[in-house]
Amino acid sequence: MPAIEVVNLQRAFSAEVLAVAGIDLEVAEGEIYSFLGPNGAGKTTTVRMLTTLLRPTGGSARVAGHDVVAEPAAVRGAIGVALQEAALDPLMTGEELIRMQATLHGLPRPEGHERSRELLRRVGLTDAAKRRVGTYSGGMKRRLDLASALVHRPSVLFLDEPTTGLDPVSRKAIWEEVAELNDEGTTVFLTTQYLEEADQLADRVGIISSGRIVAEGTPASLKAEVGKPRLELTLAAGSEVDCAGVLERHGKLLPARDGKLIVEVDGGASEIAPVVRDLDEAGVQVESLDLVEPTLDDVFVEKTGHHLEGDEEAEAEADERPEIAPEPA
Amino acid sequence: MGVRGTLEVVAVLGRRSVLQTFRRPQLAAPLLVFPTLLLAIQSAGVGEAVNLPGFPPVDSFFQFLLPAAMVQSAMFGGNAGGIALAVDIETGFTDRLLAAPVPRFAIVAGRLAGTAALGALTALWFLAIGLIFGAPIEEGVPGALLMIVLVTMSAFAFGTIGAALALRTGSASIVQGTFPLVFVVLFLSTAFFPEDLLVEPAQTIAKYNPLSFIVDAVRDPVISTLTAEDLLLGLAGIALVGGLGTLMSLRAMRRREAMG
Repeated sequence: MPAIEVVNLQRAFSAEVLAVAGIDLEVAEGEIYSFLGPNGAGKTTTVRMLTTLLRPTGGSARVAGHDVVAEPAAVRGAIGVALQEAALDPLMTGEELIRMQATLHGLPRPEGHERSRELLRRVGLTDAAKRRVGTYSGGMKRRLDLASALVHRPSVLFLDEPTTGLDPVSRKAIWEEVAELNDEGTTVFLTTQYLEEADQLADRVGIISSGRIVAEGTPASLKAEVGKPRLELTLAAGSEVDCAGVLERHGKLLPARDGKLIVEVDGGASEIAPVVRDLDEAGVQVESLDLVEPTLDDVFVEKTGHHLEGDEEAEAEADERPEIAPEPA
Repeated sequence: MGVRGTLEVVAVLGRRSVLQTFRRPQLAAPLLVFPTLLLAIQSAGVGEAVNLPGFPPVDSFFQFLLPAAMVQSAMFGGNAGGIALAVDIETGFTDRLLAAPVPRFAIVAGRLAGTAALGALTALWFLAIGLIFGAPIEEGVPGALLMIVLVTMSAFAFGTIGAALALRTGSASIVQGTFPLVFVVLFLSTAFFPEDLLVEPAQTIAKYNPLSFIVDAVRDPVISTLTAEDLLLGLAGIALVGGLGTLMSLRAMRRREAMG
């Protein structure tokens, strides 16, 4: 039985605005599935439907074997949820928050207290347990949020942009914790707008744009779809040797760009040494040589026609809207 | 989740609500400071009003106003509870609660339990002020206990109105914007002046204002002997406000759930 099973899931906010335009996906037990897309793509709307916070307007979804519309209480009992922006009460202490969460999930008080100690230790917040959440750093808040989502040992964990706004160290700490939870058997569904996060963490990635999944697969298979790794070379000044013939022995030569010679190589990094050796034997002097591998951003560009990262203006515009997207023509 | 589990959730959320109030002075101030100041200013400023023909027999205007201050505090508490609930909605904290396997009503009931507990605490505060500054409770200890119960119930009832506004709008600033209405409702009741001494149309409005029934019921044990009629009318006033607020809250919650 899949941990998450979604068939033609839709959510319209009005006749004109379809935030999620019919998605199908399946997440196996024990898998980390990442929903990758820019703000406004429909990620949060999907998570809110899967966590029973929002009723779908079409299609169906089952989480941990339960229908999200017909059996919402059973779904809620089986899932852990850490929503965007770590919605924590700044006036509560970390310990109070986790104990409250334990009560919300029906844990007896002694067990809730024990679990609170255990989880705070796990996320490295034991020393800050009795401090108010308002005094925590962004990373500490995220770790506390994650801990609170684990209090009842959920089989499926939903993380909505768990590292947005965090510094690299805090981000890495969250990644390690998520990976560890997954090793323990927890299915993880996470949304992100960070390519690296999806690449590092996910077993499979679903790329979402304008409320539709435009590509899905393992990070490696998605990247393989858009091209092979390539070597980009800049020859040393005065090097007059024509090296095209040498490079063609290793792969397909692509049109030069910005003064760089580009050759596709099937073997990726393993091709560097043979290429360098052959160029040296041919007397070619190389100033620089870079191995460039396809990224998930390349996949995103291929599928949607625009970049996922770096389009700050588009993101800012999307930030001003609720999580909605116009229905594609 | 069973009845016991649900009650535990209500208790935990109620406790959070009380702690939140004490940890954020701007939430506690309307409950204690404003009504106490108004009580002091009005008692000193128009204390001679008790000599007007038609004013009920009381020891002092302070004694007459003490129950009004309690009910006023309960109303402020209801408004503050609504603001706090709206902040929870705005910050997404409510989503954390909604994503847990608890009955929806328990989330609002927890907030209301906290508001009611604060009502009991403020009733004790004003009883203490009354004792210190010479406002005897004519019905003695049983009368004081009845006042605490009535104020607690009133706070719960006013809390339902605050909760309904919060659930309907999801905006703390809008709920806060209704704060002046508390004064309008208070001045158009028998809270600060006896009905017979009000001028029209305030007199007619006060005659049917449920708040008048509530204040009169709380006032009864302070200034005279308790009558069943005043008590029943007071309970009816509380039931009316609470029933209306509960109905509005339920509708707002259903709407919010449907909209997500």
